[in-house]
Amino acid sequence: MIAARRWSISTWALAALVVLASAVIVVPLLSHQDPIAIGDVLALRLLPPGATDTHGAFHLLGTDRFGRDLFVRMMLAGRVSLAVGIVGSVLAGAIGTAFGAVSAWAGGWVDRVLMAVADALLAIPRLVLLLVCAALWRPGLTTVVIVLIATGWMGVSRMVRAEMLGVRAQPYVDAATALGAPSLRILWRHALPNALGPAIVATTLGVGNAILLESGLSFLGLGIQPPQPSWGNMIAGGRDLIVVAPWVAIAPGLVLIATVLACTLLGDALRDRLAGEAAMTLRERA
Amino acid sequence: MGGALVLLWLVLTITFALIRLAPGDAATFLIPPGATAAEVGRIRAQLGLDQSVFVQYAHWWGRLLHGDLGESFALHVPVTRALADAIPVSLGLGAASLILTYLVGVPVGVVQAVRRGRAADHILTIATTTVYAAPSFWIALALVAVFTYGASAWGLPLWLRLPAFGLHAPGVELHGWIAAADLARHSILPVGILGGIGAAGIARFARSSVADVLAADFVRTARAKGATPARVYFRHVLATVLPALIVLFALSLPGLVAGSIFIESVFAWPGMGKLMVNAITARDYPVIMGAAAVYAALVILANLAGDVALPLVDPRRRS
Repeated sequence: MIAARRWSISTWALAALVVLASAVIVVPLLSHQDPIAIGDVLALRLLPPGATDTHGAFHLLGTDRFGRDLFVRMMLAGRVSLAVGIVGSVLAGAIGTAFGAVSAWAGGWVDRVLMAVADALLAIPRLVLLLVCAALWRPGLTTVVIVLIATGWMGVSRMVRAEMLGVRAQPYVDAATALGAPSLRILWRHALPNALGPAIVATTLGVGNAILLESGLSFLGLGIQPPQPSWGNMIAGGRDLIVVAPWVAIAPGLVLIATVLACTLLGDALRDRLAGEAAMTLRERA
Repeated sequence: MGGALVLLWLVLTITFALIRLAPGDAATFLIPPGATAAEVGRIRAQLGLDQSVFVQYAHWWGRLLHGDLGESFALHVPVTRALADAIPVSLGLGAASLILTYLVGVPVGVVQAVRRGRAADHILTIATTTVYAAPSFWIALALVAVFTYGASAWGLPLWLRLPAFGLHAPGVELHGWIAAADLARHSILPVGILGGIGAAGIARFARSSVADVLAADFVRTARAKGATPARVYFRHVLATVLPALIVLFALSLPGLVAGSIFIESVFAWPGMGKLMVNAITARDYPVIMGAAAVYAALVILANLAGDVALPLVDPRRRS
C-alpha cells in the first residue's frame, strides 16, 4: 500500500522532469521569437502574462523589460539550468566515488591524506567555497560546472569510502582474493558495484541542489552571464521590477522550484528503495 | 581538538591556494587605466603581490598569529575591523533563525510523525518539501512583493507593511524601546524566511526519525503500561530523538550560512554574507580569506560543540 503510493509519487516526479526536459529542448526550437535578441522594446516590454502584442504574437507568460517572451526565455534558461545541474552532479558523483573507492581500497597514508582534504573542504560551507572559486575565475557556464564539480565530490566520497570499508570485509571479496583475482579487478567488479547505492542517491539529490546553487550564483551575478538566460539570472533581472511586473521574477522561480522538487522527490524515493535493500541485506547478514 | 586545529589550518591553506591560483590579481582592479609600468609595480609592491606565493603565505600566517588579518584592499580598513562590524549582524540573524528553525521545525515534524499518512501529514509534507526546494532569494523577493508593495497596493493594515531592506528605519535616530521595535520589524522577513527554510529541513528529518521511534517496541511497552501521552512523547520519544537533532544542528549550519548570504544580499543587511559578496566582486583577497576563515571556524566549532553535547544528552555515548 505504502510502496504503491511512493512509486506513484516518484513516477509523477519523473514524468514532470521528462516533460520539462522535452519542453526546454522543443519550445525554443519551435518558437519564431528570438529569446536573446532585443527588438521593439517600447512596444513589447513588460507585457503581462497572456497578452497579445501589436504584432499579433501571443505571450503566455508576458515579456521582460527588453520585450523578450518570458516563456521561450524560461525554456531556453531551462536547458542551461538542467544541463548544469545534471552534468555538475553526475561528474561530482563520479569523481567522489573514485576518490572514496581509492581511499578505502588503498588505506594507509593515501586514505588519510585524501580524507583530510575532503574534510577540510567539507568544513567550508559549500556556497562560500563556490563563491570564492566562481568569483576568481571568469564567470560563465564552464566555470559554474567546474566549480560545482570541485565543491560537490566530498560528501559522496565520504559515503562511498564508508560503504567500501564495509564491503571490503565481505566474504565474497575474500573469496575473489583466494581465487587469485587481481586487486584492481576485485575493486572494479566486486567491491564498487556493491558500494554504489549511496552514491546514486546522493547524485540524484545533488541534481536539485546543483540547480539551486547555479541559480544562486547567477542571482548574485557570479554564474551564467546575461544575455544567456538561466533561471537565476532571470530572477535577478526581475528583482527591481517586483512592483511593476512581478511575473518577471516569479515565473522562473516557480519552474525552478518545480524542478528541484521533482529531483528531491525522485531522490527520496530512490533512497527509500535502496535503503530498504540495504536494511534487508543487513538483516540477512545478522 | 587537535584534529579541529589541523582542519582549520588545511581550510585556510586551501583558501589561500585557491585565491592565489586564480588568474588575474587584485592589482588589475585597483590600477587606473593608463597607469605606467612603474606605477603598476608600485601598487603591486604596496599590496605585497610582487613577492612569491610562499613569502605571501608565510607573511599571512605571521600576521594572523598576531591577530592581524591584513588590510582590506577595497575598504581601506583592517580586515578584523570589517569582520568585527559584520559578524554581530550575521550572528544575530543566524541565532534568531536557528531558534525559529527548532521552535517550528521539531513540532511540525512530530505532528507529521504522529499523524502519519493522514491529511495533516500530507499537507505539511507538501509544504516542507516545497519550501525546502525553493531558493531563499526567490522566497525573499516574493514575500517582499507581498508585504511591502502588495501591502500598500491592496490596502492591508499598516502593521502588515514590513520594511523591505536595511536594519533600521533610514534617516531617523531611534532610542530604547522604539529602536528595538524598529529592529524587530526589520527582522521579521529575513529571520522568518531563514528560519522557515531551516524548519522545513528539520521537519523532514524529525518526521522520519520520530516515526521510526514511534514504531519501536519500547514505545508500545510504555503505552501498554499506561504512561500518559506526554510522558511517552517527552520521556521516551524525544529523549531518543534528541541526540540526532543535536548532530543536525552542526549539519544545518552550512545551509544557514548559505541562506544568510542571499538574505543579507536581498535585504541589504551589512553582515558577513554581504561583506563576502562585495569582497569577491572587488577581488579583496584579505577580506575573502578572513571571511572564509570565520565561516570555516564556525562550522568546525559547531561540529566540536555537537561532539561535546552528544554525551550530555545521550547516555549511550558516555564511555
